[in-house]
Amino acid sequence: MLSSQIKSNEIVFGSCNKDLLEEIIFYGIGLGADFVEIFIENTDNSSVLAEEDFITSVSPSFGRGAGIRIFKGKKDGFVSTNDLTKHGLMRSVSQAIEMLDITDNKRKVFNGLSKHRDYSLSKKKWINEVPSIHEISEKLLVSTKSLKKNNKIITRKGSYSRNLQEVIIASSDGTYVSDIRLHQTVGLNVIASDAQYRSSGSRRFGSSGMPNEFRLWDHEKAANDVFESSMNMLYADYVDAGQMPVVLANKFGGVIFHEACGHLLETTQIERGTTPFENKLNEKIAHESVTAIDEGISEGSFGSLSVDDEGMEPEKSVLIKDGILKKFISDRAGELRTGHKRTGSGRRQNYSFAAASRMRNTYIAKGEHSKEDLINSISEGLYCKSMGGGSVGATGQFNFAVEEGYLIKNGKLTNPVKGATLIGEAKEVMPKISMCGNDLELAPGFCGSISGSVNVTVGQPHIKVDSITVGGR
Amino acid sequence: MNSREITTQISKAADFLNLKKWDYGASFSNDYSVQVDKGEAKQLKASQKQILTIRVWNQSNLVGITTTSDISESGIKKALKQANIASDFGNKNESTEFSPLAKDPIKVKEVKKRNPVGIKKLLTVLREAEVKLLESHESIKSVPYNGLSESFFERVYANSEGAFRSYSKSQAALYLYARAEEKNKKPRSSGSVKLGYGADDLDIESCIKEASNKTISHLNYSSIKTDKYLICLSPESFLTIINAFSSMFNARSIIDGVSLSNKNSIGEKLSTEALNIYDDGLHEKNISSTPFDGEGTPTKRLCLINRGRIENFIHSESTARIFKTTPTGHAGLGSKVSVSPDWIVVEKSDENFDLKTLLVHSTYEGEFVYIEELNAIHAGVRASQGSFSLPFDGWLYKNGKKISIESATVAGDIKYLLKNIVNIESSQEVTTSGISPHIWVDELSITGDA
Repeated sequence: MLSSQIKSNEIVFGSCNKDLLEEIIFYGIGLGADFVEIFIENTDNSSVLAEEDFITSVSPSFGRGAGIRIFKGKKDGFVSTNDLTKHGLMRSVSQAIEMLDITDNKRKVFNGLSKHRDYSLSKKKWINEVPSIHEISEKLLVSTKSLKKNNKIITRKGSYSRNLQEVIIASSDGTYVSDIRLHQTVGLNVIASDAQYRSSGSRRFGSSGMPNEFRLWDHEKAANDVFESSMNMLYADYVDAGQMPVVLANKFGGVIFHEACGHLLETTQIERGTTPFENKLNEKIAHESVTAIDEGISEGSFGSLSVDDEGMEPEKSVLIKDGILKKFISDRAGELRTGHKRTGSGRRQNYSFAAASRMRNTYIAKGEHSKEDLINSISEGLYCKSMGGGSVGATGQFNFAVEEGYLIKNGKLTNPVKGATLIGEAKEVMPKISMCGNDLELAPGFCGSISGSVNVTVGQPHIKVDSITVGGR
Repeated sequence: MNSREITTQISKAADFLNLKKWDYGASFSNDYSVQVDKGEAKQLKASQKQILTIRVWNQSNLVGITTTSDISESGIKKALKQANIASDFGNKNESTEFSPLAKDPIKVKEVKKRNPVGIKKLLTVLREAEVKLLESHESIKSVPYNGLSESFFERVYANSEGAFRSYSKSQAALYLYARAEEKNKKPRSSGSVKLGYGADDLDIESCIKEASNKTISHLNYSSIKTDKYLICLSPESFLTIINAFSSMFNARSIIDGVSLSNKNSIGEKLSTEALNIYDDGLHEKNISSTPFDGEGTPTKRLCLINRGRIENFIHSESTARIFKTTPTGHAGLGSKVSVSPDWIVVEKSDENFDLKTLLVHSTYEGEFVYIEELNAIHAGVRASQGSFSLPFDGWLYKNGKKISIESATVAGDIKYLLKNIVNIESSQEVTTSGISPHIWVDELSITGDA
């Protein structure tokens, strides 16, 4: 079959699709759309699970689809489909136009697509460089074996997943982009048990755009870390509830900023009127020790990307500088509806979601204190060494679970405690982050929100919160 | 391709690849949804999705799997090839077979498939609902989370031994989540969700009323003192807890060592004899019911707790074989077959003599905390350890008055909670995840700011 025949009738990854994409965008503009965006995706994923000393699950998957977004004024219509033929894509455009009930004759101008920005050129070899299922399986089994350190460990799991996503993004402002994204994660989990006592431990590691990263993963160190955590927590008492100062560890401790503040700095929250920070630009919203950043450019970090899902290169956004709110995280719809300039943060889980303003690598910048300085400054409080997940409600109230916690007494770490949940409101907690350590580190995670689950990193140095509500028994 | 054609296509491709044993599950859906913002359409969505999951058994009877959205002839061939490659890594420690019930007759509820009403009507209905909700109280300033959707889908299961099941249905959902603001007070939010077979079946007025009443009821709020309280769990919050700890009844979780139960837990006393719990995916009130699971096993009503004691576990084909019983219709098709409950039904048994029947949330005049809704389940539940620490929306009832509780968590242990049930109210309420009466529990820890 001639390649030109293919191009005219169906999207083909790895080929020039410019004529077909232009034809579809012209079609949408001709029907009265203000703006037309086409997001096309081809995925090749696999995941492997090792339990005890066996591989218990190998799950490959592949797929393709397109998301068509049409704007008319500030409203938008979004249609997703698995049909990548010209007919299928045009039908999706028609459906979006029909949904928006576009009847006026004012036509926007579409001058064709700009020069193709192809970020995938150096990445096409990745699929051949990532570890094979066999290699992954062997390393996971070695990892779960490393967790078998005593007979109190009753459950050992190692999991790996690899997502390879090839995207084409084209829109009526001329954007024409291709990219390949590679994300790998590996995690270890244990459950320890002794009589009536139970504890669990888990750690997850992740990278983007680094096919060799899993091979370099130090599974011994990870296994030791998970084992120690579960042993430390096995006989822990439940924490007493109350208000107290806390020190949050670095890496995944950054989930507090992600949940408590980061989400409220996404323009989707301004659109909904659910952020207390809407009119606080250039005002103090946090303690002066806090500088916070969201960026998509740290090499290999889980939330990094060459280009966002709307075709914009990610920028480094200083959200808060010395406690002053400086910027919101914005996407195309956010810019249109709130006036905040795009930051390269338009992200989506896959083609079936419209992009929205989402965090990437989000962290509190390092300060000048040591971890010991922070702990020594507290007479009675809680050290949160390892954090679980969290969420933020419609009124800005957040919560997150403490997986591994220790009481602080007279400036020293003492007994391990379990069952703690930190709850509060961003507006009240941000001014209470009074000390930042000098040991900034990032940790990977998944963030679920309006445009699905996306890869992010959270991060911070050790930080001290002067007072927060700790839920317990 | 329709589902029969897909089955034929898979059969042909499997023959070509010399794959003798295979099964597949597929779903096809068309979804339409709208969101509004102060009378204006915000986002209108339509999606057409298809997902195919194929399993193949190799000559060593090891299973491999692949999932794809590419249901073309070439996509099916590629999926079979990938599944065959994956079968080299199949679980040697635990075999998987076809469900012995995959050809048994299924009970299909009276077909209630509706026709699409279309995006324009969805938009009109949601706009009107938003206006009514905003007009219902002067303090309700916005409805930041709202949506009206309708979905039409088909599910299929088939295998190389001739089993073939197909089921199509429709479903609509409306959610309204309002935000109220008053001067010198924190904003308060609450909402309501309604499901129906189609958009015309949704009880829109009651959704508006519920969202409004709930939101307004939280306007006057106060912190609560950290202490242990008598608790009344709403039907929704009790079902949330039961679902969060459903690994207690889950044979897969037991085998994996992540359940509080073990193989010998059948008959174990978990709570007052007054408590019965069933899983009943085919319940007439369950809008989301499907007549078979991912392995083609018919869905059925199953007693999980009978008079306070564990009566049954939920199973897939492989867990049932290990436990020497039959599959219960709770499997999800996957490389490692998952097991999960369908729709929980909680009721008072006839052995209810030890209950404190004066504890009725609408009439009781003593002090108690009413938990309307539990939040952040993914963060605050440790299912394998039995503990939970969860933020909630609710009220403190004291001296004949009720006041909304600001920023608090409830913490405890599921076994403690079940053992300390002191009343099960008589009337059940239907929720989106099941049906339950109000449940009273003595002495749970609440953490507040006061």
